[in-house]
Amino acid sequence: MPEATPALKPKDFVTDQDVRWCPGCGDYSILKQVQTVMPTLGIPREDIVFISGIGCSSRFPYYMETFGMHSIHGRATAIASGLKSARPDLSVWVVTGDGDGLSIGGNHFIHLLRRNFNINLLMFNNQIYGLTKGQYSPTSEEGKVTKSTPMGSVDHPFNPIALALGAEGTFIARTMDRDPAHLKEMIRRSYDHGGTSFLEIYQNCNVFNDGAFFVYTEKDTKKAETLFVEHGKPLLFGAENEKGVRLDGFKPVVADMKDTSNSPDDLWVHDERDRVKAGILSRFFDDPATDGHFPRPFGVFYIEERFRYEDAFNEQIKQAIASNGEGDLDKLLRGRDVWEIH
Amino acid sequence: MKMIMTNFAVAKTRKFMSDNHDVLERVIIKFAGDSGDGMQLTGTQFTNTAALLGNDLSTFPDFPAEIRAPQGTLAGVSGFQLHFGSINIYSPGDACDVLVAMNAAALKVNLRELKHGGLIIVNSEGFDARNLRLAGIDKEDNPLTNGSLDNYQVIKIDITKLTRACLEESPLTTKQVDRAKNMFVLGYLYWMYNRELDNSIKFLGDKFSGKPEILDANIRVLKAGFAYGDTTETATRRFIVNPAPMPPGNYRNIMGNQATAMGLIAASRKAGLPLFYGSYPITPASDILHELSKHKNFGVRTFQAEDEIAAICTIIGASFGGQLGVTASSGPGIALKTEAMGLGVMLEIPMVIINVQRGGPSTGLPTKTEQSDLNQAILGRNGEAPMPVVAANSPADAFEAVFEACRLALEFMTPVIFLSDGFIANGAEPWRFPTTAQLKDIKIKFTTEKNDGERFLPYKRDDKLSRPWAIPGTAGLEHRIGGIEKEHETGNISYEPENHQFMVRLREDKVEKIADHIPPQELDSGPAKGKILLLGWGSTYGAIKTACIQARKEGIEVSHAQLRYIKPFPKNLGELLYNFEKVIIPEMNNGQLLQLLRSRFMIPAIGINKVKGLPFSSGEILEKLKELTSTTKEHA
Ligand code: SF4
Repeated sequence: MPEATPALKPKDFVTDQDVRWCPGCGDYSILKQVQTVMPTLGIPREDIVFISGIGCSSRFPYYMETFGMHSIHGRATAIASGLKSARPDLSVWVVTGDGDGLSIGGNHFIHLLRRNFNINLLMFNNQIYGLTKGQYSPTSEEGKVTKSTPMGSVDHPFNPIALALGAEGTFIARTMDRDPAHLKEMIRRSYDHGGTSFLEIYQNCNVFNDGAFFVYTEKDTKKAETLFVEHGKPLLFGAENEKGVRLDGFKPVVADMKDTSNSPDDLWVHDERDRVKAGILSRFFDDPATDGHFPRPFGVFYIEERFRYEDAFNEQIKQAIASNGEGDLDKLLRGRDVWEIH
Repeated sequence: MKMIMTNFAVAKTRKFMSDNHDVLERVIIKFAGDSGDGMQLTGTQFTNTAALLGNDLSTFPDFPAEIRAPQGTLAGVSGFQLHFGSINIYSPGDACDVLVAMNAAALKVNLRELKHGGLIIVNSEGFDARNLRLAGIDKEDNPLTNGSLDNYQVIKIDITKLTRACLEESPLTTKQVDRAKNMFVLGYLYWMYNRELDNSIKFLGDKFSGKPEILDANIRVLKAGFAYGDTTETATRRFIVNPAPMPPGNYRNIMGNQATAMGLIAASRKAGLPLFYGSYPITPASDILHELSKHKNFGVRTFQAEDEIAAICTIIGASFGGQLGVTASSGPGIALKTEAMGLGVMLEIPMVIINVQRGGPSTGLPTKTEQSDLNQAILGRNGEAPMPVVAANSPADAFEAVFEACRLALEFMTPVIFLSDGFIANGAEPWRFPTTAQLKDIKIKFTTEKNDGERFLPYKRDDKLSRPWAIPGTAGLEHRIGGIEKEHETGNISYEPENHQFMVRLREDKVEKIADHIPPQELDSGPAKGKILLLGWGSTYGAIKTACIQARKEGIEVSHAQLRYIKPFPKNLGELLYNFEKVIIPEMNNGQLLQLLRSRFMIPAIGINKVKGLPFSSGEILEKLKELTSTTKEHA
């Protein structure tokens, strides 16, 4: 057991490197909340590792006073998989973006989720390529006009939550840069989960995709357009929680709670362990500009306990030693059939 | 030279050394059949028995390209060549003395490899109308009857029929019965070469433990094959191949991929670090993964990754965490790994990248051998990204060579490329295996203290220009590393022009400095100064060595050196080369080492190049050598 380090403060996790993100970038807020959560975990700094790939978000490890690696594009997840397999004792965090994690690194992303390492994956989704100066990403909306798509993108975007569910993820959550309290809570819950935690963070790139999430993050629309889900609580949203969601079979229906014929008892109560309902919730993904759209959910969509890769991986070593004895190199080199020449 | 067997009954050479026994110095047998005929197993069994009898030997399997090529067709032919003798054997040999052909296709594919007047043993059932059609032979042209084999000795046996007759009482299905026919061949050859059945019976006992009916059937057919030789007059002569004069020591038989796996385990033991092997299945490297995954009780971690890139990335993670990270692939997979190899160069962390080369480019010839990835190993990365390159020269040598690759990686904090190839990977030879105590120690020490007053500088260097290895979990040494150019010593991101040039040079110097810590290049044979040096690298070793022996017999003065270290070159290499009037480089590529040497040492070296997916025969090298020595004209 690592010793608790109550003496650590958020500033102990700040490095001597200048933070190089654009002024106003959503990444600052995420960095701050991560640095706020770290001392509460009770893990010494030397047992924490941040690994990133390439992209704006991937500069993150350089700003964390822990062990860290700023690797290559899309591969942080694979590197973290190796590290966690080799060193289950470490607290391993991956920082990635929508391009790094879902485009070039898409393959490792899904395999990380299915293997269920105890790794925390923070995906900063800004729906754009920032570091390469503004091309559409795999989460950009259809028709997105960018430097590489002057006539609009013809790509249909990923739904990252649904993708994570399909990839057998065991902790799937969404939060946003502009709600520090929720962000902090979700980071903490990601850590608390014993398997791979996938946290999608809506992050504003104020230089290349400013306001992509304003409809969810800004005061005037936030209440109407977001649905903060909590385990055991009914699905309510709106300025005064005047709207609810109930299920008509598998079909979600928005209910006007001011209408007294709609009973709060009929509403959909969020259950983090319900995979089918998590699937339905993940489909609350339509364009906020369309009529009859659902609010965008934030919070933990789904949790499941499943064995961890690193445990099973290292258990086999123990088993092999238990049944065959600690390897004897001389015996191995000799093999079965030996002859001697004098 | 006296032989002692352990684990194996001493071969009682049959008493009646009568006039029907010939003593042979060496024999080359090619076992060939449909991929379902079990010729690889027959070959391997015959090999193991020969090894236990003290013959020196070398083998080379020739697999069909497709796993399930249509039965009976030319594409489905699987071969296994064994060269064994009472003299030292360095290669699987050139033309065969004996060809075992289980069907018409096997004969058609392999006949040109047989010596004039050689012996052919055929399964006559494999030449029926159907098999002839599948082999693309006209019914009228059945080679068994049309006289085309008149210049060979042919022994026709209806092996299928005899096997079925032998197992008449057996509860096995006809399909299962037919599968045992390779044991008939094995038994028959054991009779012909005066070998006991014990070793193979023991092997079958292990293989089919728990399947008593199959075991019983295999042993019965094996014995029937032997008895068939004894009782019929199919062959009038039997042969004796005596033990070879080998340096004293303990021997076993080993295949290249197996030796590679053992070298890795040995290095991990000697370094005191767990071996972490991240890999994605690919021919012909997968057997290393299979072998390693059997030895988890050595603390071996095998991670089968989702792709080639993930495979190398997992070992970067494991190495960062303090384990010995190793990945293996073949050319196409190595191509995918190159970006991560570059990251390894920048991070300066230890890792070993194994390339079991095969025919290229692209998918190329997956089951065939080639040496055409040398350029890829030396140069195949973006930027100035130097990495040491070490090559094995034979199946058994793979053990020592990969052990050395691990040592360099760990002691110098660098990724190292280890080159093997399909020929080494699947070939086998006797191995005078070392004891643990005879192996070099690999000195590594994790850094636990700050190295600059109150600071820890992750890129501060020692006299070898190697940097400290401080693994996560070490209090006070938290640091960040990455693929962006870093500032000297601090490792912080730096875009400073002078710093970049400095770091590029430093990384190159670091790799070149390894030359101070590797043995000087030695000659394998021949005078240190003279007219001709044959310089090889990798699996051409045996063929070159054999060619040199023959050349000297024919009065051609020639020396031979085989490179193990290709980057950096041994310090004395230039000097060694300048002592010869002509340097000739046989390679299974278009001249990749040739170019390296020409540009590095400015010598007009000459290449002998073969790119057919097949290893050199010594005869090919000898012939070329004669051609080159009889003329002064230089071949580019
Ligand atoms: S480009 Fe966008 S995402 Fe990148 S640092 Fe600037 S604001 Fe942030």
